[in-house]
Amino acid sequence: MRRRGRGTGSDPVGNGDDGGPATRAVIVRDAVTIGVATGAYGLSFGAVSIAAGLSVLQAVALSTLMFTGASQFAFVASLAGGGSAWAGAATASLLGTRNAFYGLRLSPILPAALHRRMLAAHLVIDETTAMAVSRDAPHEARLAFWATGFAVFSLWNLGTLIGAVGAHALSNPRTLGLDAAAPAAFVALLAPRVTSATTRAIAAACVAVALFAVPLTPAGVPVLAAAALVIAVGAFRPPAPTAAKP
Amino acid sequence: MIWPALFAACAACYAAKVVGLSVPERILHDPRVAHVATLLPVGLLATLIATQTFATGHHLTIDARAAGLVAAGVAQAFRAPFIVVVGAAVACTALVRLAG
Repeated sequence: MRRRGRGTGSDPVGNGDDGGPATRAVIVRDAVTIGVATGAYGLSFGAVSIAAGLSVLQAVALSTLMFTGASQFAFVASLAGGGSAWAGAATASLLGTRNAFYGLRLSPILPAALHRRMLAAHLVIDETTAMAVSRDAPHEARLAFWATGFAVFSLWNLGTLIGAVGAHALSNPRTLGLDAAAPAAFVALLAPRVTSATTRAIAAACVAVALFAVPLTPAGVPVLAAAALVIAVGAFRPPAPTAAKP
Repeated sequence: MIWPALFAACAACYAAKVVGLSVPERILHDPRVAHVATLLPVGLLATLIATQTFATGHHLTIDARAAGLVAAGVAQAFRAPFIVVVGAAVACTALVRLAG
């Protein structure tokens, strides 16, 4: 059973009976799996960065300091398309705003101590959010967050470094099909969330809006347009009392 | 002038992450915020799937990535592990390009 709508209460007790070593092992295994997958995609990010004219150090700096894949690709794609670095920075920053909403969702389970919270903030990305919110018990959600965060951070940066250094061998990651890795990963992350008529409708509407916006707006904006749609719908339509089904 | 823009973008992205963790707790108890927070990943993930599969710059295209997406969808329908879903998409896309 998956319970949605965690944000309405921090639920400090949780299920309580579900955090044995077996569950923890599953969480860590899933985290490493996601880390390996993002590491493989990091290879292509490193290679694409070099192809766009960045140095190896700049590619790795993006993965270490920005650490949010879609924004990084937006920054690099802007340079590759002949845009200025500042245009790329603007797009990357706009795209990065979605992590604020992930943070909103994760806030109740992350540590209160300031320095640990600031460290945790850096790890608030698609993958850590997805893994954490799929766990009902808070201690499991915390483990999922940190395990996924460290696995993805390590392997994403390692992948970026190897991809950047080996850019000549991997100069066209498209031929390896690596550009299909991210959408596939998003499919795996999305599927468990599409559990109701509302979520199906939201997913379909966002796809329509984004594809309509692609020819008309700068890269990254279609994603933000979809985000604006979700916020409008979510804010003006009250949630159904039992929106979630198992 | 890549470095200054790079650092600025990194700072902005980190700031967004911190903002999300810093809003007052009471905001989380607003049912509309909770509703948005639940729906937002659904909308964004669906959007990212669509744009990263069908967009090439400002053009909409159906190419080998679409075959990869179908493979991922089939693998996911069979509840395959994450790495299998991703691997199926990468392999299928590469094969279609090889054949094309």
